[in-house]
Amino acid sequence: MGVRLEKPWRPLTPEAIAALPAELGVFQLGDAAGAVVRIGYAGGRTLFGLRSELEAALAKQEATKFRTEVTAQYMSRYEELLMVHKADHGQLPPGNAADVRRRLGRLRPG
Amino acid sequence: MDFEPSEEQALIVDQVRRFVREEVWPLEAKLDPDASHVEPEDHARLVEKTRAMGLYGLGIPPEFGGPDVDIVTQTLIAIETAQHRAGLYSPCYGAFGGAGLAQLYEANEDQKERYLFPMLRGEKRGFFGLTEPSGGSDPARAIRTKAVRDGDAWVITGSKIFISGADGADFGIVFARTDAEKGRGGITCFIVDADTPGFYVRRVVHTLRSGHYGTELQFEDARVPHANVLGEVNRGFAIANDRLTRQRIPYAAGCLGVAVRAQEMAIDYAKQRETFGAALSTRQAIQWMVVDNEIDIRTARWAILAAACKAARGEPFRTEAAMAKLLASEGASRVVDRAIQIHGGYGVTKDLPLERWYREMRIRRIGEGPSEVQRIVMARDLFDQALY
Repeated sequence: MGVRLEKPWRPLTPEAIAALPAELGVFQLGDAAGAVVRIGYAGGRTLFGLRSELEAALAKQEATKFRTEVTAQYMSRYEELLMVHKADHGQLPPGNAADVRRRLGRLRPG
Repeated sequence: MDFEPSEEQALIVDQVRRFVREEVWPLEAKLDPDASHVEPEDHARLVEKTRAMGLYGLGIPPEFGGPDVDIVTQTLIAIETAQHRAGLYSPCYGAFGGAGLAQLYEANEDQKERYLFPMLRGEKRGFFGLTEPSGGSDPARAIRTKAVRDGDAWVITGSKIFISGADGADFGIVFARTDAEKGRGGITCFIVDADTPGFYVRRVVHTLRSGHYGTELQFEDARVPHANVLGEVNRGFAIANDRLTRQRIPYAAGCLGVAVRAQEMAIDYAKQRETFGAALSTRQAIQWMVVDNEIDIRTARWAILAAACKAARGEPFRTEAAMAKLLASEGASRVVDRAIQIHGGYGVTKDLPLERWYREMRIRRIGEGPSEVQRIVMARDLFDQALY
């Protein structure tokens, strides 16, 4: 597992989401240009894991693309992705600015 | 020997137990099962209540503003505050505050002004940087991070691993080798500001704890002023060692708290659940599991309180603390495992806290010195050996 989530983007469509496993994990939503607009996780309270979270994102038309990573360590991986994004881009994705209410750590990944 | 809490201790325990059940449990019904934090407004509300109880800042010496609560009472409280889903590593989500980095109470006045007091006011956060990739159980030998004197500063080079909270900290207490020839007599403790050039948090280390993570730290010619040496040069190992011994009592108490709660759940469930026409509680196999749980719980409780009582009397308690840590972490692991077995399939779901405790309890047999190191500590005392 790399520090960054570097899997290919997939279109945020009902068909692509339906093919997802109902597993816990993390995801990134992207715009048409491939910029990350939000990082999220599917935790233990979701009904159908990643599938449920991405269905909600599709309903809100938050993005056009997505990519996922199945992991049981979804909380620490979520924070890691936020910190890596901030280290790479100097700020959080626009969709996360309001989510992170406590102090986020600093990371300088290689 | 039996331990009977005083009337005041019993009242405090009852008060804390109600706080956990009435204030913390309802919050967890809405949180992610792996969450280790509550929303800031919930945290503020919890802290308001612990302040009203006069119990905020447990572990902070009274002369620094902490409540005047002895170590035995603190231990009884620690057993209670662990009795919820996140309780093993985030007891009551930090609502009782904490002592922070206890080593700073021994700092000089300048260091207290710059680090201790801001930490106690909640303005600064610190981390404890001891373990290295070369090992954590034998820090005297494993520390390879080195510090070299250069004028009025020290230049630190090396790495640390499994360090909690370093990514969000303002400073850290870092142990580095300052004399390669002297073993444990060649280690110095430094206070390192997080914005020091050459110091950075390299990566997150994911573990069985999803809600908490360790970090790996890198020091690349990080220049730390001599004024930030904590204690004396080459005397840092004593600072680390003192902390490791003291920490074992609350660490063990947290394990016991989770075991107590797991046992309660197991008994409740065994009374309700029927198989083949009768409650599980009527089955000898289940009864024996519950009895074995109780043996593990009571054994750990006696050991923990024996250690706390010796510490309270100012007597040496290294063997007792090591024994308590070993018995509690291993015994509580067995209790949680049996409680899962009694709950069957539900026991391994995220609907119940047992699966989280199962994962986190595995770490407790390693953290703060693995069981094998606790045995080494006790053996040294039994054979009256000096530390080697």
